[in-house]
Parts: sequence; structure tokens; C-alpha cells
Amino acid sequence: MPSLKELSKNADLFTGGHRACSGCAGPIVIKQVLSVAGPQTIASLSTGCMEVVSTIYPYTAWNIPYIHVAFETAASALSGVEAAYQVLRRKGKVKGKWNLIAFSGDGGTYDIGFQGLSGAVERGHDFLYVCYNNEAYMNTGIQRSSATPRGAHTTTSPAGTVIPGKKQFHKNLVEVIAAHGAPYVAQAIPSNWADFTRKVRKALDTEGPTVIDILAPCPLGWRYPSNKTIEVARLAVECKFWPLYEVENGKYKLNYRPRKEVPVEEWLRLQGRFAHLFTPENEHIIKEIQEGVDRRWESLLEKCG
Amino acid sequence: MALSSWKELPIGTIITEPGNAREFKTGDWRSQRPIWDSEKCIHCLFCFIYCPDSSIKVNEEGKMTGIDLDYCKGCGICAEECPKEAIHMEIEKR
Repeated sequence: MPSLKELSKNADLFTGGHRACSGCAGPIVIKQVLSVAGPQTIASLSTGCMEVVSTIYPYTAWNIPYIHVAFETAASALSGVEAAYQVLRRKGKVKGKWNLIAFSGDGGTYDIGFQGLSGAVERGHDFLYVCYNNEAYMNTGIQRSSATPRGAHTTTSPAGTVIPGKKQFHKNLVEVIAAHGAPYVAQAIPSNWADFTRKVRKALDTEGPTVIDILAPCPLGWRYPSNKTIEVARLAVECKFWPLYEVENGKYKLNYRPRKEVPVEEWLRLQGRFAHLFTPENEHIIKEIQEGVDRRWESLLEKCG
Repeated sequence: MALSSWKELPIGTIITEPGNAREFKTGDWRSQRPIWDSEKCIHCLFCFIYCPDSSIKVNEEGKMTGIDLDYCKGCGICAEECPKEAIHMEIEKR
């Protein structure tokens, strides 16, 4: 595992001056990935928060070769880059090893870019796909996605007299991609940088398509003060809403087991998007969310053996 | 990348200077300013790894040397995550 001192050597690969909201977790994720990957990296980024804030023409915060592509094509565009890279390498026109990394938000991964990602994983291109998951379409003003958790208020699942926030549970992307037979899939969190950077290193060293789904708290959409980003992320893991695990060639491994029981209610309470659940008529939803989290945790433990 | 007319746009409107967002100072967004106490700092670099705006200055020996107020948006994550309370936030006065 690299130390923070070593990681700080690659600090300038994603520069300041990007226009992300104060306290956004997206740039933290990109910075942590690039600090491991180093300057020999090519990135593709689909439309989403990070594209909108990091490449406002004529500025770019990326200090590496970078391509911006349409919403659904982070994985398919990088498939083309990878095919070209393999040919050029065979002909001896490219020296050394380059890391190919696709970035996309949860909208561009779980929903709109899903077929592109599924196809790229099936074809077996050698790249890493990082989904910075802020659990809704944040840059267009907080619309629900299939990564939005049960009960969350968004502008397209508004909490009110008709519905109490989103009615469905979120999709489990890691298991979906693992079912494709990808050699390495993992779930991570920016608050545990040691675990995340180890996973990025492992994914880059693995041949074939690798996917990391990382939760990226959003102060604006989740409605919490901007200085609490890392704390909110940490609590998502502690309450078992977002377990840290990896799937290597179909083998599940739990990377972190919370030491004490933390009810999911504590995590929900930090965020304004769940504020409507703390009323007598909606309290049963908190219980439902807890049951859902417990069910997924038990099933994960079973798979981890 | 200063462009005086559309005729100078590169084909594909590519950006030819990587990392030129540095020219755009986001420090003026700030409503709170982080104050760093070098006496209390143990150079654990947690502030560096959690800073969204690449505003923590680290030298070649891996020691923190200060906060780059050109880009800091004053989110306060560094002050929140510092294990030694070596950073605190103050209301920004201009």
C-alpha cells in the first residue's frame, strides 16, 4: 500500500481551479485514483458533474490525456482507445505501460451508460472503470437515478403527501458487473483512502475489465454541511449501507467489518434528503431501509463465506 | 489558453494546455478561511488526501507547507478531518 507521502508526488495530475461545489467528493475520488495511477494515464469521462466542473472551455483541470464523451459512452469510447493502444503497442509506436481509466457518475453508469459498460466488460477490454456514485443526477438539479436509495428526496421523487421520497431500493452494481465475469470488481469509499488506493492499484494490475463503484457524497443533493463529506462517507460504511468488498474472479471478499452496530438511522439523520422520514407517519420507512440494509449485508456475508 | 477569436479554435475544440484550470482562481468563492497552525501539525497529510480543491501544499519531503488560498473554496473538510485540530475555520473578511 502506498503511503500518503508517495501519493502526494502525483498531486498535480488533477489541478485546483475546477468549478466543483465546495465540499464535493467527486474531485477527491479523481485525485485519489490519479495519485495511484500516475502520469502514464489516459482518462475518458462521460457527461456528468465531474465533466461539467473540470472541463469548462477553454480550461481543463486534467493534467493527463483526457477525452470527454457523451453520457452513455465512457466505457465504449475507452474501448476504442484501448484497441488503438494495443495496436500501437504491437507496432512498437507506444513505449511503456499506460493505464486506461474511464470515469462516470452513477447516472452514466447505472442507467444511461449501462449498456456501454456491459458491452465493454463482455468484450474484455483492459481498463479500469470508476463510478463516482453520488446517488442521483446532481449536475442537472438532483433527479433520481437507479442508484438513489429508498426514501431519498429528489426533484423527481419529491417527498410530500403523495410519495415519501424514492419508493425503490438502489441497484447493486458490483454484483451486476461481477455476474458478467469481470476479473475484478470492488466497492469503495473515499473516506477509507488506504482501501480505495489499494483497490485501484489492484485493478490496474489486473488484466481485463475492472470496475470500482465508489460512493461520493454530495453536500448539495444530500443536504448536509460541506465540511461533513468525509464523515457522511465514513458513516455509510459503519452503518453497513455501503459495505467495502471486492469480487476477484467470482470470489467475494469483505474488506472491512464495522466494529460496532450503527443503526442506519444515524446515517440518514445527517442528511436533509431523508429529513421527511423522521415524522410519525414515515417512521416505518426507516425500518424498511434498515431491513433492506440488513438483508443485503447478510447475503454479502454468505457470499464472502 | 487565451483565444481572441473563433478562428483560432483548434480543430475539435481540444484544449492544448493540460491542467490550465490553474489559471482560474476559485478562492473568491470562499466564505470561510482555513487557518493552519504549523506547531500542532504532525504532517499526517489527511487534509491533503481529502481536499477536493488540491489546495493543500505538500513539499518534496512529504511535509505540509500551507494552504493554497487561490483555489480553496472553504468547505472545511480539512479542519473537520485533522486529528490534531491544527486547522480551524474563520469567517472570511475581504
